[in-house]
This record gives sequence, C-alpha cells and structure tokens, in this order.
Amino acid sequence: MRWFGANSFATPTAGVVVAHIKSFLEEFQRDKTQFCCDAKLLRRIALDDGESMRLIAENLSGERGGEAVFAGVGFDLAAGESLTVTGPNGAGKSTLLRVIAGLLPTAAGNVRLDGGGEEWPTVAASSHYLGHQNAMKTALSVAENLRFWQDFAGQPQLGVGEALEMVGLGGLDHLPYGYLSTGQRRRAAIAKLLVSYRPIWLLDEPTAGLDKASEAQFSALMRVHLEDGGIVIAATHLPLGLEGAKTLEMGGSPSPMPC
Amino acid sequence: MSQSSATIRSFADLANPTRFLALADRLVPWFGGIAAVLLAIGLYMGFTAPEDFQQGITVRIMYIHVPFAWLAMMCYTLMALSALGTLVWRHPLADVALKAAAPVGAVFTALALITGSIWGKPMWGTWWVWDARLTSVFVLFLMYLGIIALTRALDDPARAARAAAIITLVGFINIPIIKFSVDWWNTLHQPASVFRLDGPTIHPSLLWPLLVMALGFTMLFFTLHLMAMRNEIWRRRVSAMQRVEARRAERQGA
Amino acid sequence: MLALFFRDIRLGIRAGGGALTGVLFFLAVIATIPFGVGPDLNLLSRIGPAILWIGALLASLLGLDRLFQADREDGSLDLLILAEGRHMLAFTVFVKCLAHWTASVLPLVVAAPFLGLFMNMKPAGIGAAALTLLVGTPAITFIGAVGAAVTVVLPRGGLLISVLVLPLVIPVLIFGVSASYAAVAEPDPFLPPFLILAALTLFLAVIGPVAAALALRYAAD
Repeated sequence: MRWFGANSFATPTAGVVVAHIKSFLEEFQRDKTQFCCDAKLLRRIALDDGESMRLIAENLSGERGGEAVFAGVGFDLAAGESLTVTGPNGAGKSTLLRVIAGLLPTAAGNVRLDGGGEEWPTVAASSHYLGHQNAMKTALSVAENLRFWQDFAGQPQLGVGEALEMVGLGGLDHLPYGYLSTGQRRRAAIAKLLVSYRPIWLLDEPTAGLDKASEAQFSALMRVHLEDGGIVIAATHLPLGLEGAKTLEMGGSPSPMPC
Repeated sequence: MSQSSATIRSFADLANPTRFLALADRLVPWFGGIAAVLLAIGLYMGFTAPEDFQQGITVRIMYIHVPFAWLAMMCYTLMALSALGTLVWRHPLADVALKAAAPVGAVFTALALITGSIWGKPMWGTWWVWDARLTSVFVLFLMYLGIIALTRALDDPARAARAAAIITLVGFINIPIIKFSVDWWNTLHQPASVFRLDGPTIHPSLLWPLLVMALGFTMLFFTLHLMAMRNEIWRRRVSAMQRVEARRAERQGA
Repeated sequence: MLALFFRDIRLGIRAGGGALTGVLFFLAVIATIPFGVGPDLNLLSRIGPAILWIGALLASLLGLDRLFQADREDGSLDLLILAEGRHMLAFTVFVKCLAHWTASVLPLVVAAPFLGLFMNMKPAGIGAAALTLLVGTPAITFIGAVGAAVTVVLPRGGLLISVLVLPLVIPVLIFGVSASYAAVAEPDPFLPPFLILAALTLFLAVIGPVAAALALRYAAD
C-alpha cells in the first residue's frame, strides 16, 4: 500500500505536467487567440512523437433495459484526439459512454484499445469515467475524498492541493464536500481526473452546473490532457471549446425514444 | 439562495452566544473548583461516616450512586426544559443546551446503572434484576443514546433541534415513572429515603455526606455542561465559517 | 485498499453514519425481551445466549442496505467496478465488508458482555457468547453483502435483504448458539461447534464477496 502526501509526486514527469498546465492556463487567460494557435502547433508536435495508442469502436450497439438505444456506432481516436458526442435527451449518449467504459455489456460490436501496452491493457483500466454523479462523499472533506480516489486508482499525477488549484478550488481542501455548491462539487469531481493519471477521459455532461469561467478553465484542462497524448470522449449538448474535435451526432436511434 | 440566507441567520444568532461564551469562560473555572472542593469534602465525610448496620462497607457506594441517579433525572429534566425553550421561546441557546447535555446525562445514567449493579451484587446476589426502578432507568439510558444518535445524524442544526426537542418532551413521561416506580410497584430497590413528604428517613450522619456529594456532582455536571455547550457553539461556528468560505470562493471564482 | 477500508470506517462513524444506531437497536431489543418473557432470572439466564445472538443478528442486518447503495447513489460504485483491473472487485467487496463489520458490528460484540449481565448469564457463558459473536458475526456480514448486492438497485431494499439473508444465516446462528450453550452446559463440548462456526465464517468470507461482486457487475446499468 502506497501513501501519497498532498504534494508528493510519484512520477518525475508529474512536476513537468504541473508546470505545463499552469503555464497553459496563464497563457490561456492572457491571450485566447494566441493560445489557440499555440495549441494547434503543440498538437502537431505531440502527434509527430508517434503516440501509438488508439481507441477504436466498431459497429457498436448498446441497449438499456432490453431496448436497443443505439446501433452501428463506430469511431477511431488516436492519441491526442477528442470526440464530442451530441444529441437530444434519450439519444443514448450516457449509454454509449457506459458501454465504452465497460459498465454495460455491448449488444453488438466491440471497443478496444490498441497500443496500450502492458500499462494500459483494457479500456476500463485506462479510463477516467466522470458520470452524472460526482462519486464524492458529502460527509468527508474535499481532500479526504480526493486522497481516497488517488490511493484507490493509483498512478498518482498531481497532488490534491495542486489539482484543486487547477479547477479553481485552491485552499478549499479542508472543507466538507457537502458544504460546496453544485458547481464547486462538479469542479472537485473534475479534480479527481487530475490526481491520478489515465490516458482516456470518458466524460458525461462534464460541464453540467459549471459557470462560463469554469467551463473555459475545464476546456483548457482537456486541451492540456490532449496535448499530452490523452483521449477525451465527452457527451454534451454544450460546445466544449475543443478545437478539431471529432463529433458524433446521435439521435437516429433504431427504435425512436420519446424525448 | 436558501443556503446563504441560512448562513446569515446563523451569524445573527451568534451574537447572543458570544456573550454566553464570555460568561462560560468566567464560570467554568469557578464551577470546576467548587465541584472539586465539595467532592473532596464529601468523599472524606463519606469514608468517615458510620457504616450501615446491615450492609456494612458496601453502603458507602450510596454516596456516589444516589447523586448519579439524581443527576441522570435532573439532566433529563434540564433537557426537557431546553426542549420547551427551543419549541416555545425559540431561544438559540436552548438547543445547544439540549444537545450538549445529552452525552453528559448518558454518562451519569450509565454510572448510576454501573454503581447500582456493583451495589446490587453483594446485596441482592445478582448484577441485575428487571424491576421497575432499574428497568425505567435503563430505558432512560436508551433514550439518552437515542437522542444523541438523532442529534448527530441530522446535519442541519435547526431541523435537528426541533426533532430532538420533540422526542425529548415525549420521553419526559419516563421521569415521573422512574421517580415513583418504587412506590407504585413492589420492587427490590429500596424506596425513596431523602426526598419524602414526611421528611427524610435516613440518619443525619449518612445524610450530610450524601448531600455534600450530591451538590459536588451537581457542580461537576454544570461544569461539564457549560464546557460541552462551549464546544458545541465553537463547532457550529467552525461549520458556519466553512460554509461562508465555500461561498466566498464561489464569488471570487465567478 | 487500506484507503477504502479507512474511508468506509470514517463514513460509518462520522455524523449520520448509523454505526451507533445498530448498537442502540441491539440494546433496545435486549431490553424488550424481559418484558415479553417476564423478569424470571432463571429463565433469562437460560435463554440469554440465544437472545444475544438473535439481537446481534438483527442489529447487524440493520445497516446492510447502505453497504453498496450509498456508493451507488453518488456514483462511487461505478468507479469501484471500473477499477477491477487494479483491484479485483471481490476483494473490494471483501474490504468493504470488513470495514462495515468493524464500524457497525464490532461495537455489538463489545456491548454483548454487558447485555449478558442483564440476562443474568454466568461469566463463562458471557465469555463464550462474546467469543462466538466475534467469530460468527463476520459470516453474517459476508452473506449480507450478497443480499445487499442483489438488492442494490431497489430504493427500499432493506427489508428484502433481511428476508433474503435470514434463511441463509440460520446455520451460523445454530452453531453460534450451540457453542455458547456448550460452554455452560457441562457434558456438551465447546470446541466442535465453535470450530464449525469459524469454518463457516472463513468459507463465507470467500463465497460472499465473490457472489456479491458478480451481482454488482450485473446490477450496473
């Protein structure tokens, strides 16, 4: 059993990542247009590194409660690419994410992770899943919650204090989670993505309850994750501000669902 | 919005508790000191008092058992009054008094039960009998624990206060039952010998140490109760400040 | 894994956790029995071990419905299941059971000797009852975990858990009570039923979490 203090890093690259994200955020706030150009440039560099990880779904069908929700969904995401899943309520966005994560069985087709190697053998083992619920306990403090998930998930990346600063909750680590507002709770849950490293982020309505400023901050975090060769799949009906994201429009469901 | 208004209301409430805290800070050392002196005198008197003709040395446990039992009932009575204060007069400190008294009362009740069964073992030949007095005190103990569990389970102080006040008042029925159980039912426990309409039947040489001990323990109870109330007020302040901090961070972030 | 253990214990004993409620329920059950059967001390000392066991059994079933449901409601359960590659789900369930037992059931075992005095039991009988409870109650939690896992999707699964689990814990009750009696009644040997009880606990420590993990896997939707 390994124990990590709030500010300790287990991997030497983590410090670099922190500096990376920090500088990105600062730059982002200073000059948005400049930032976007930089991001494009950096992405090209990241892709040139030849990251070989690919998340591939072929002819995927999912069902919920015995009823087919979607069918024939396919995508192919390389490292550094993102996919936004859009569509009306009931189109199966959440179901798709749960099928990808492996929480629901696939009705047909398959999802696989190519080139994950020893460290990332399956999609489930290499994914962060952020669902509708925040998976945090109201009776524990924010830091206790995050420290638990860091210990449990392994692969520590940022310290708890750092991660909270990234989402604009710096200094609130000692507060009971139950005292936070809806937006603050969501941001604390987003900090969970940062305390342990996973290459794939599966996000279900990640910006629900967030205000404009936090949304922008979160897009910057996602961009940094993509620069590092991560993969993001987000179900949303709001634009997430991801440049060059692939989109998957859901809604042509085989058995039409009432909206 | 309702949360922020709740914060402000609890801050307005803290104006009065601030005065209470200052008062408690002054009273606690005095109460504690008086309790220590009285208990020391009482213990000395208790050990030099003549032994009982029938019970021998074991009678001395009476000097702590009886005060514990009195305090168990007095504490509950105080809690019932606090409950009235919460429900009728809506005094902000009443519910603090109720919540703080419950654990202290539970400990005194447990001590009364324990010393009683230590006394009962040589006298009656058993640790415990299910007679009216003992059973009703045990029920009192359970009620204390229930109230503690209730006040701890509800996070919102205002709602917890009303719920605890109502259950405390309902449970008050038990107090007269305890008091008169020895008269109403034919029990193993001896009948009242101090507080009687026709005067105490206990010999003055035994009565005086008992009264001194009772007074000493009462002072000890109030010392502990004041300290517990102080803790509870501080705890609520910390919680209120944490909520305010979360709100402030929200406003700065926006 | 240690982190999960400590988190669950912290949740159990912190405000609103309900660990105290179980002990209170146990006390209340034991205090009610003499009103039902009468205050005859000989009778009470004879039925004492059985009453202690039944009281502890009912009290330990009480908090089981929250074992997985609390995690399901806030989404933690999804993440616990997703971490299967790192922590085998059955082991996660096992750790959760241990934490539940430590926070909610161990206090019952500690309270049992005092309640034994109320039942006018002999010191040997009290010791035996406490020891059998210490060894036997984990089995109840492990079986209860299966019940909690299969009812996790039901909003009011608490009663159903008891209905499902009570028949399954009867063997535990039989050997626990017979070992407690054997310690007092002279001709009966104490060790055989006690060892069977220990074996039951060990057996269920494996079967229970595996079955519960399977049920949780299918309950995800």
